[in-house]
Amino acid sequence: MRRSTTLALGLVGLGLTATAHGLGLLWAPTDGHMGDVQRMMYVHVPWVWASLAAVTVSFVACIGYLWKGAWAWDLWAEASAEVGLVFTGMGLVTGMLWGRPTWGSYWTWDPRLTSYAVMFLLYGGYVALRRFIEDPERRATLAAVVGILAYVDVPVVYMSVRWWRGMHQVQSTPKTVDPDMKLCLRLAAIGMLFLMAYFMRRRAEIGRARLESELAPPPAAAPAGAEA
Amino acid sequence: MTVAELLRQGVVVARIEWRGRARVNAVAFFGVTTLVLFSFAMGPDAVGTSAHAGAFLWLALLLSSVLALSESFRVETDNDALEGLRLLPVDPVSLFLGKAFVNAVLLVGLSAVLLPLAVALYGIEFKEGPLSVIGVAALGSFGIAAPGTVYAAVTARARAREVLLPILLFPLIVPVLLAAVKATALLVMGDPMGQVASWAKLLVAFDLIYWTLGALLFARVVEE
Repeated sequence: MRRSTTLALGLVGLGLTATAHGLGLLWAPTDGHMGDVQRMMYVHVPWVWASLAAVTVSFVACIGYLWKGAWAWDLWAEASAEVGLVFTGMGLVTGMLWGRPTWGSYWTWDPRLTSYAVMFLLYGGYVALRRFIEDPERRATLAAVVGILAYVDVPVVYMSVRWWRGMHQVQSTPKTVDPDMKLCLRLAAIGMLFLMAYFMRRRAEIGRARLESELAPPPAAAPAGAEA
Repeated sequence: MTVAELLRQGVVVARIEWRGRARVNAVAFFGVTTLVLFSFAMGPDAVGTSAHAGAFLWLALLLSSVLALSESFRVETDNDALEGLRLLPVDPVSLFLGKAFVNAVLLVGLSAVLLPLAVALYGIEFKEGPLSVIGVAALGSFGIAAPGTVYAAVTARARAREVLLPILLFPLIVPVLLAAVKATALLVMGDPMGQVASWAKLLVAFDLIYWTLGALLFARVVEE
């Protein structure tokens, strides 16, 4: 993995996201119903989209590992699941901050909120499992199985707004949204995807370094008493 | 390998599993204790307890299932029995079907113990007849048993397996738990709108998904 590519992804992501958030705060029109609170959309929606993208990458990488058995798949499965977990956490927090002024409470037991929170727990479990298995090959295989089963929840998250009508609005279509709002949202979403790719590559680098140290043969004879 | 052969092997595995049913007694006592604790925690509020009886029932079943599931794999890892199992000319799919089926049957049996107790403790009656309750209990039990068997096998090879199994399993089966609790509550409170069928369909859908995925993935878990 080229360090310069990783850095470029991060800088582009930061630039795009910062620009989009700036435009969203100052330039985009005020929403007719929610007022300025609606500007939270440019922050909340990109986090959520990117979190769903990250866990989808993880799902594909888990299948790839079970199928091909190459370490790179495992590194990407781990990196994308961890990034997905953090992004899901941010999606939850920003959603709660938006929910308080619009719905009157930080949390409601709405189907979409619930299933998204469950997704957070599922990937928390995935990350926890990896911490408790030392053998790298066993860890990779078992984590891949768990990663595939955990992804079952993601279609439920996407469809929950349509299946059960709760408080969360259904997906907006680009046709019904003001073009300036659409531009800000898309810029922020693309920027967030770049940031996601940056974090995933950085995490995969750390994972690779750890894996290399685990797979390296143990040092020949340690001097007596060195263990203590 | 034909499906008939797979199922025949699954039956053999299930019969071996069935010999370990003594563990059920301990698990059943745990389930009963949990159910009693819920009613203590709620206090003598007859309306509240009957409204939440379905939820208590399924939570008691779920908590007990973790004990039964982890036990079903502890016996395999303790003396490296899993190694021996893998040497047998048995397809891993049959291994999964046999183990998961016995775990599901144990959970159905457990619900047969807990249901009458819930009727007695919470003062509920099943307005749609006992058969539909048993049907929902079976669908829910199968929905817990399939992913539970896979995750019990996964966590059996990890440290801190007692902690890992519930944190992996509980979020995964939230849809099953939700549908089973809703369906049971409707059967207790009455179902004038005929909504039970749609929750039962959801349970069937998740059962199919989990049993298919479990059969596909289990081989990789025991190979490792």
